[in-house]
Amino acid sequence: MKIHYITGVGALFVVALHILMRLVVPYASSLEYGYVVSNYHNFLYAVALESILVLIAVHGFNGLRIILLELRQSPLWENGVTVATIIAMIALILYGTRTIIIANGIGL
Amino acid sequence: MAEKIQDSEHNKITLKIFRANTTKGNTSYFDSYEIPVQRWTTVLDGLLYAKSHLDTSIGIRYSCRMASCGSCGMKINGFPRLACYTKISELESSEVVCEPLPNFPIIRDLVTDFSQFFNHHKNVHPYIMNRTDESETSTSTHTHFQSPEDVNKYLQFSYCIKCGLCYSACPTVATDVKFPGPQALSQLYRYYSDSRDAGRKRLDIVDNRHGVWRCHFAGSCSKVCPKGVDPALGIQLLRSYMLGISKD
Amino acid sequence: MKSLEFKNTRENREGLRGWLDPFRYGWERFSYWAQRLTGIFLLIYFIGHVYETSSIVSGKDAWNTMLELTQTTWGHLFLILVIGTSTFHSVNGIRLILTEAGKGLGKPSRPDYPYHPSSLNRRQRSGIWIALTLAAVAMLYGTNILLSGD
Repeated sequence: MKIHYITGVGALFVVALHILMRLVVPYASSLEYGYVVSNYHNFLYAVALESILVLIAVHGFNGLRIILLELRQSPLWENGVTVATIIAMIALILYGTRTIIIANGIGL
Repeated sequence: MAEKIQDSEHNKITLKIFRANTTKGNTSYFDSYEIPVQRWTTVLDGLLYAKSHLDTSIGIRYSCRMASCGSCGMKINGFPRLACYTKISELESSEVVCEPLPNFPIIRDLVTDFSQFFNHHKNVHPYIMNRTDESETSTSTHTHFQSPEDVNKYLQFSYCIKCGLCYSACPTVATDVKFPGPQALSQLYRYYSDSRDAGRKRLDIVDNRHGVWRCHFAGSCSKVCPKGVDPALGIQLLRSYMLGISKD
Repeated sequence: MKSLEFKNTRENREGLRGWLDPFRYGWERFSYWAQRLTGIFLLIYFIGHVYETSSIVSGKDAWNTMLELTQTTWGHLFLILVIGTSTFHSVNGIRLILTEAGKGLGKPSRPDYPYHPSSLNRRQRSGIWIALTLAAVAMLYGTNILLSGD
């Protein structure tokens, strides 16, 4: 649960930043390809996106794991749920990191 | 709409009682009885009237009839209550449905099995553990000193009558068989916060995947507690010690 | 777990039914239910979001195709729901961090009739109401930007 509290609070700040980036220019133009790619080129913003990815993936899948652990309590289920959520967490983080790294390199 | 029950009239209400006999299979059904009520009639009074005049086979557990022993806990109109402590007039309904307490295995009718509940309680070592200061246990000349402020820290949790209402209201207990339940956890806090106790190791009992971390402050335990024990408060205070926010 | 004393008993756990009927036990039980529901919803959204934004690596056309799929009226309504649920989940989450650390719950005292529990007080409960209000405000703001802008 401690992980849950820490990732929750941490994610709050970076997600707020992410939403703000969509509001500093008119919303529709903030989604244009060129503008989005320029966001990814900004190193600090890419770091922020990566931290959102990690914090929310951990917070979300840990939450799912907690809900599932409370539903059934056989050793097979508990170990299975823990392993499955950790794998899903890592998979999502890797997939998102791929996007960030490639987008950071587009047009450079 | 229920009519207001007047003193001078003998109103009748319908009492629906859950019937099941686990030695005779898994079927269950409801029996309905018409019982006379007055303004002060409790659900337990109604059940005992039905048992003595209408159907002697009803299985009920009760003892003190004054919310002191915790025996008569049951689900009344969908909410866990003590039958002796619930007046039929306060339910504001002409039909009263009595079912056994949820989250306890059913033995017969309204009687449930408390052994797992008591096991959870025993697992938290519900007694003072203090090897270093044996002033009360040895033949020495003085007792443990405890100021009124020390007593106030744990007093309300010591009023627990082990009725099991909190255990049946808890959403975690509804699905998690390893969770000790609000009663055991708040009793652990009752002993942990007692200044006579030195059992720091108590916290290790519940510092695991199915221990205190499975409480999410749904507050239902405190909502149903008939004695004002407020187990939710005890559990969150326990957690504050385990998180290192409160220090001894 | 079979009981030790009685041979024939019938398991009687409320199971998932115990998680329904969120108002039977008051606001805190509603907050438990709402936090879980919004959490699962946001997890599903997050997975979808990471997938949809990955289209940027496939070039401008792929990105614009994705935009055409999501920048529709239904897409905007869905996003407004995401805004509302994430605001509620965050604010209620902060409230839960505070209350689960023992803050705002009052102190143990001598119980007296009518035995009102000090932990179920308005101070921490108002956190739920604030969360709901802020979620509504955020949804209105989101509607303003998404549905009546360009």
